[in-house]
Amino acid sequence: MKAFRNFLDRQGRHFERGGKLHGLYYLWEALDGFLYTQAKQTRGSVHVRDAMDLKRMMITVVWALVPAVIMAMINTGYQANLALSQLAEIPAVNWQRAVISRLGVGFDPANVFADLIHGALYFLPVYIVTLAAGGFWEVLFACVRKHEVNEGFLVTSLLFPLVLPPGTPYWQVALGISFGIVLGKEVFGGVGMNILNPALTGRAFLFFAYPAQISGDRVWVAVDGVSRATPLAELADQAARLSVSWQDAFFGLIPGSMGETSTLACLFGAFVLIWTGVGSWRIMLSVLAGMTATALFFNLVGSASNPLFAVTPAWHLVLGGFAFGTVFMATDPVSAAFTEPGKILYGLLIGVLVVLIRVVNPAFPEGMMLAILFGNVFSPIIDKIFIQRNIQQRLKRIG
Amino acid sequence: MFEYYLSLFVKSVFMENMALAFFLGMCTFLAVSRKVETAIGLGVAVLVVQTITVPVNNLIYTHVLKEGALAWAGLPDVDLTFLGLITYIGVIAAMVQILEMVLDRYIPALYNALGIFLPLITVNCAILGGSLFMVERNYDFGESIVFGLGSGAGFALAVIALAGIREKMKYSDVPKGLRGLGITFITVGLMAIAFMLFSGIQL
Repeated sequence: MKAFRNFLDRQGRHFERGGKLHGLYYLWEALDGFLYTQAKQTRGSVHVRDAMDLKRMMITVVWALVPAVIMAMINTGYQANLALSQLAEIPAVNWQRAVISRLGVGFDPANVFADLIHGALYFLPVYIVTLAAGGFWEVLFACVRKHEVNEGFLVTSLLFPLVLPPGTPYWQVALGISFGIVLGKEVFGGVGMNILNPALTGRAFLFFAYPAQISGDRVWVAVDGVSRATPLAELADQAARLSVSWQDAFFGLIPGSMGETSTLACLFGAFVLIWTGVGSWRIMLSVLAGMTATALFFNLVGSASNPLFAVTPAWHLVLGGFAFGTVFMATDPVSAAFTEPGKILYGLLIGVLVVLIRVVNPAFPEGMMLAILFGNVFSPIIDKIFIQRNIQQRLKRIG
Repeated sequence: MFEYYLSLFVKSVFMENMALAFFLGMCTFLAVSRKVETAIGLGVAVLVVQTITVPVNNLIYTHVLKEGALAWAGLPDVDLTFLGLITYIGVIAAMVQILEMVLDRYIPALYNALGIFLPLITVNCAILGGSLFMVERNYDFGESIVFGLGSGAGFALAVIALAGIREKMKYSDVPKGLRGLGITFITVGLMAIAFMLFSGIQL
């Protein structure tokens, strides 16, 4: 290890001021910082009183996402293996299945390890494409605009593949993350200065630009030609019967975007985020409250023609991206409201809108993405209201 | 009846938002959204003017301009719809002028708050657009009141939200070439994506 450190130090001088590669200093700094720690450190007594910096905060989110990533791989593989075991006519071998045949783990949907391998062969390439395309823009902007490459990119690039369907073409993955990183984040100045959540911005861009490839029935199972609707789409269709049980949906064994299906994994993430204080429990709880209240309201009103009116809050919780969005997307500290009462209002807005879109908007079967983006748009003005109220109250108290 | 008006109102606020679904009134929308306070002023001004001019134009359209509308004057064959555009703009300018005088005389506080925005929005295309939509969709008098109120409220909502974002963006580090209007155009585009959430709702 020492030799490697020395090697890095020797190479480092090329990137310092006056070195041949000074233009790429921030790339080197990010690499060194990722492998070890910040190259420049304060000598003597320091004035930092909290070990919780941006870097640690972002890494905490990455750790909280680990169960969701594992469940994403297992479920993607499980859905694919299940489809393969039920198909009469097996479609032509693609490279994923060629690799599995070489490894010899088989295609048994009951075998968790086989599912994990199969799913990983779909998830990891998407993740690598995201890292490469997103990282390219991140480093380009960092070098040209002379700011550091931040760990925030690790979170964005991990969130983005998790909200994509397994069969998304790689060029669309690259395009989506490019839009999210460049127009969602970097033109505003980078981490901490954006308005909307960059991962969701990229996802929304793909959703509206390529609706045929990113929604519908054919994209949720990673086997060519297999069509299986998400449970939310099944619920919306009066003729179809719901093909999954609540337990399956809770554990995440349902078709959907890769990382969003498992409510259990999201609950683990929520636990980590709330325990470490990284994610706001106010936002999570108020999204949940808004969703429950609106769903109960629709249950009470009832409708003869729209079966979605009867979906209970418990089902809304486990279906679609609700849990994932509540825990990991809505709590994004940059784009969410930051005053404490504002967080509650912001969460309620998202919770209400999610159910509203799912139930009364036939154009979108799923509403979490747009509801959070809408919340992001209104979070500055929500903050403004509460800050002004606070100013008024203090003026009354003191002035 | 009430339900119908309510759904028309919700539709004109969110689904057919003047600024973020039709991109009307962009000039004032972008120019007067730097601070929340002024944005509220502009929003209220648009709301008031829209609520007055759409019904007034509706009355003029149905009783004077529409084909056969002049039957009461003994001219059943006259079709004056070609005078539409110039009439609506004239009516809007006149209404704004009268409104300004009335406010100045009776509610000086509001007059001072609205300030320059009242004369400014005479030429706002969201206002003219409201009247033209009213004609195109054949709204009756009641509908045009609700539509005017709703579309004005939608514009106000959008401009206030944009002003909130732009105030927050003071802390952003936008590349030099994009500062000012450039980044605002991008922001408005992103806001429009978020507003897509209402598109497709059938009321």
